[in-house]
Amino acid sequence: MMNNGKPAITVRELTKNFDSFTAVNAIDFDVYHGEIFGFLGPNGSGKTTTIRMMLGLVEPSSGTIDVLGTRVNQGVGDIRPRLGYMSQRFSLYNDLSVLQNLQFYGKAYGLNKEAMEQRIGEALEMSGLVGRENTQTKELSGGWRQRLALSAAILHRPEVLFLDEPTAGVDPVSRRAFWDLLYKFVAEGITVFVTTHYMDEAEHCHRLAFIQRGMIIAYGSPEQIKHEKMQGQVLEISPSDSIKSIKVLREAQQEDRLQVEEIELYGSLVHIIAVDLEEKKLLVKEILGQADIDIEQMTIIEPSLEDVFIASMRD
Amino acid sequence: MSAIIETSGLSRLFKQNRAVDNLDLEIQPGELFGLVGPDGAGKTTTLRLLAGLLYVTEGSASVAGFDLRTQPESIKPQIGYMAQEFSLYAKLSVLENLRFFAELYNVSKTEQKERTERLLTFAGLTEFKERRAVHLSGGMQKKLALACTLIHQPPILLLDEPTTGVDPVSRREFWNILTELHLEGTTIIVSTPYMDEADRCSRVGLMYAGKLMVCDTPQNIRHQIEGELIEIFPDNWQAAHQIVSTIPGVLEVQTYGEALHLLVEDGENQLPKIETALKQEGIHINGARLAPKRMEEAFISLIRRIESEAEEIADE
Repeated sequence: MMNNGKPAITVRELTKNFDSFTAVNAIDFDVYHGEIFGFLGPNGSGKTTTIRMMLGLVEPSSGTIDVLGTRVNQGVGDIRPRLGYMSQRFSLYNDLSVLQNLQFYGKAYGLNKEAMEQRIGEALEMSGLVGRENTQTKELSGGWRQRLALSAAILHRPEVLFLDEPTAGVDPVSRRAFWDLLYKFVAEGITVFVTTHYMDEAEHCHRLAFIQRGMIIAYGSPEQIKHEKMQGQVLEISPSDSIKSIKVLREAQQEDRLQVEEIELYGSLVHIIAVDLEEKKLLVKEILGQADIDIEQMTIIEPSLEDVFIASMRD
Repeated sequence: MSAIIETSGLSRLFKQNRAVDNLDLEIQPGELFGLVGPDGAGKTTTLRLLAGLLYVTEGSASVAGFDLRTQPESIKPQIGYMAQEFSLYAKLSVLENLRFFAELYNVSKTEQKERTERLLTFAGLTEFKERRAVHLSGGMQKKLALACTLIHQPPILLLDEPTTGVDPVSRREFWNILTELHLEGTTIIVSTPYMDEADRCSRVGLMYAGKLMVCDTPQNIRHQIEGELIEIFPDNWQAAHQIVSTIPGVLEVQTYGEALHLLVEDGENQLPKIETALKQEGIHINGARLAPKRMEEAFISLIRRIESEAEEIADE
């Protein structure tokens, strides 16, 4: 399900100063209805401040935020029931059971008895916790807790869901399950705004913004950003002796015989990042050959979004 | 070369629960060994056992030539252990934190000066050395924690999810430091939830329910997974999932958000067939390609296999 072209969130010239420090600096972006929008940036880049402003918890110094057609600069007021929020350290009650936690949130959102029963049933089904209603929450593993937290955050059927690093430290299988769940919500029309440090997750957002030092430095679909931002390519080499390869290649780089951006070790593979790799392949072969290193395989691979992210943060 | 870490039938029980179950592991000097597995698989317990912080329930282990059960005090100077919740002293500066750990490990005053300077440069923290730890970014705190772990120049490093919650730039910087240590010959065992980090290790161990299920180089682990990888971006992934599952030659289907990752026999020939099959059912495809198999797909496939075998045993 793709967006219908109408923004659910519009942010314009949004700025937040703390004393002389500008945490968020005149940023603009739109989040469309029914899309998953990824908000990425290094630690301390202004992500959390931005989310807090969007939730009406921190007042902007200047600029505007409109969520579901309402200006939220001074608080979300009437639209609060239409929003959902799950933070990195979600506040599930560890001493309560799975069922009790869901009931707690149901009551907090003011659901009536009938809606409560039905939604809790759906939440259990969705998070795969049927049959474990009476398990204490602290006994669930990280992945299960995240899914329970997500189910609780949407118990009141919000139209816009804010997720702040929802999968930090969760294993890959559980992360997949979490994203499958997220896509089910989106198919039902929920709009998702999510921050994450996992670039493979960012790769699966409809659109993204990269923020650095309070400013947006890239904005668009993952494909668009890759095309606009990535100058270099990645050459993957499978040499007979990878540690020796790194040493001789870096030596050549330091002596300016090999002009490349980066030389990195990936297990037993070597990655070289540079522009015009096709031309440099021969040189690399020569340098390794002189050191008696055999090359089993050498291919130019597509840069990942992570390569792009790191490259754009360095500019 | 003889192993620098060797365990035989190593087990640790918490009440009835076998957190680490009959672990046989051999680590050669200079290896960069990755430990992966679902939450609760026993990664942290393994690292804490090897660090001598937990008593061994069953089995034996030697670390740097010392017996883990009888000579734990001799092992301590040989290892640097960085816990997930490694605690720095928030109110102390970067330099003061390093000095504190130097004192703890009895590093002489003359050595301290040389080592702290070298480690600050190494971790890229020189210009922040007077800053209090609490005012460092998450990525810098991790790098400082690593520097503190290295102050006594241990030949073995045990790192428990050192990059969880760290942004990609800091994560890459952290791994560049690990690579440097690896190139210098340090033996490193690192646990991680990031499969791209597992790909950067010389060998990887996959743990499940306390057991070491797979232990090999990243390439060999990827090759253990049958088939070639096809990535498809259909407009209706739920319907597409059902259709592709029935196509002969499709060995496994994994979903990732709206994308489908298929493991298939003979990808080159299979790709157009799959596209045709989806189009016939009225599904639009926004992109489809053959992609290299990564650790991520291998991990998910292996865990699935292990889980279905566990269920079969439980059913019998």
